[in-house]
Amino acid sequence: MTKINELFQEELKIINIGLESFNENLKKQNIKTVQVDWKPPAGGNKKMLSLLDKLK
Amino acid sequence: MIQERIEAANKKVMEIILNGQPTLLDIGIAEEVILGMNKKTILHAGPPIKWEKMSGPLKGAVIGALIYEGLAVDEKEATELAASGEISYDPCHHHNTVGPMAGVVSASMPVWILQNKKYANYSYCTLNEGLGKVLRYGAYSDEVIKRLKWIENLLAPLLKQALKLHGPIDLKTMITQALQMGDEGHNRNRAGTSLLIRELAPYIIQTKFSEKEKIEVLKFIDSNDHFFLNLTMPACKCTMDAAKNIEFSTIVTVMARNGTEFGIRVSGLGDRWFTGPAGIVDGLLFPGYTAEDANPDIGDSVIAETAGIGGFAMAAAPAIVQFVGGTAKDAVNLTLKMYEITAAENNIFKIPALDFRGTPTGIDIRKVVETGILPSINTGIAHKDPGVGQVGAGLVKPPMNCFEDALQAFVEDLETKNLV
Repeated sequence: MTKINELFQEELKIINIGLESFNENLKKQNIKTVQVDWKPPAGGNKKMLSLLDKLK
Repeated sequence: MIQERIEAANKKVMEIILNGQPTLLDIGIAEEVILGMNKKTILHAGPPIKWEKMSGPLKGAVIGALIYEGLAVDEKEATELAASGEISYDPCHHHNTVGPMAGVVSASMPVWILQNKKYANYSYCTLNEGLGKVLRYGAYSDEVIKRLKWIENLLAPLLKQALKLHGPIDLKTMITQALQMGDEGHNRNRAGTSLLIRELAPYIIQTKFSEKEKIEVLKFIDSNDHFFLNLTMPACKCTMDAAKNIEFSTIVTVMARNGTEFGIRVSGLGDRWFTGPAGIVDGLLFPGYTAEDANPDIGDSVIAETAGIGGFAMAAAPAIVQFVGGTAKDAVNLTLKMYEITAAENNIFKIPALDFRGTPTGIDIRKVVETGILPSINTGIAHKDPGVGQVGAGLVKPPMNCFEDALQAFVEDLETKNLV
């Protein structure tokens, strides 16, 4: 059995980053999950990212 | 390279903010103590605005101030004068002054005089009028004008005398104590007001005024939990003013709203305003009012959040959620979130519920834009029509574009200096 298959035989504890619907679906299957409150820097706004980069 | 310059500038700004020593000195008459005022000047909350763009409560407060000053006899005359071009409107912030809600200050109004003892700069604010129908919420009926005259003729002279007997009051210590007692310094001022009464009462008793007048004054202060707000605000103002105009700093030194627009100023960007539309406050409305009645966000009181108290110190004031909505846990989470967008933890303002962690202080425009987290502000809600008054309280956020526009201007400034 590969390592990855071994992992799925165990109880899963999941940290979800990004789309919250993934987290909701897992919760419905009674899987322990934590949703990370994360957004891409500057909400993905390229103009703002470029301005921020200039200050680094 | 530029990052190091920004960090050094912000460090300097934070030292100035954290070392501020706001102190109550005296009470004076606006025209006599605030630079650049005359009989036909009206100061108002928020960024600059013309009469025709003003929202209901600000227009109402201007009408009331013109009647109070004797420049108009009634609403009709006041409205004509207000629109005539004869009155010069200017933000309180352009005169080292702050005003809650409409923030209207006219020539004859008594004002608290504060000094930041560490940096020797002054700030000013009117005396809080109480609750219900009041000028700061745009009300201008006879009872409002009568109360303003009572403030001018009794409250202010009596407190001035009491202050003279007492000597200067260290407001930083008093605000610190109030935070330990369940205030957050913007929308909950019950502890601060109580501490002020405790400090001044022995001296009020020693003034030369009659027993009846002393009782009237003590009862008035006691009846209004927000009496201390008009001292926390100028305390924050003189603290933040000392930190303005520090080259390369990205720290916000002013946030303010005029009921139409929200505006910010940034230390490294001089006196420029960056504005966007004022938001609608999310909160609890008094019985009989609906969301339709609410005016957009208004007032200079957000100087509290700018200086690291108010919404930023919500975790210190769990009881406030009964006034603005949400749960005590929400109040803690809200404070925790503000650490993401601030430069320092306050060295004096501490939160018992967070193991005496310092309040999140010094909003950095870079962090706001990068995280997308906007400052959370605790505030009152004014009725949109002039003359009605307060209809509720809640939480509000500034428009993101204020911070984005400031960031862009900041980079453009550096580009013109060939530094980026």
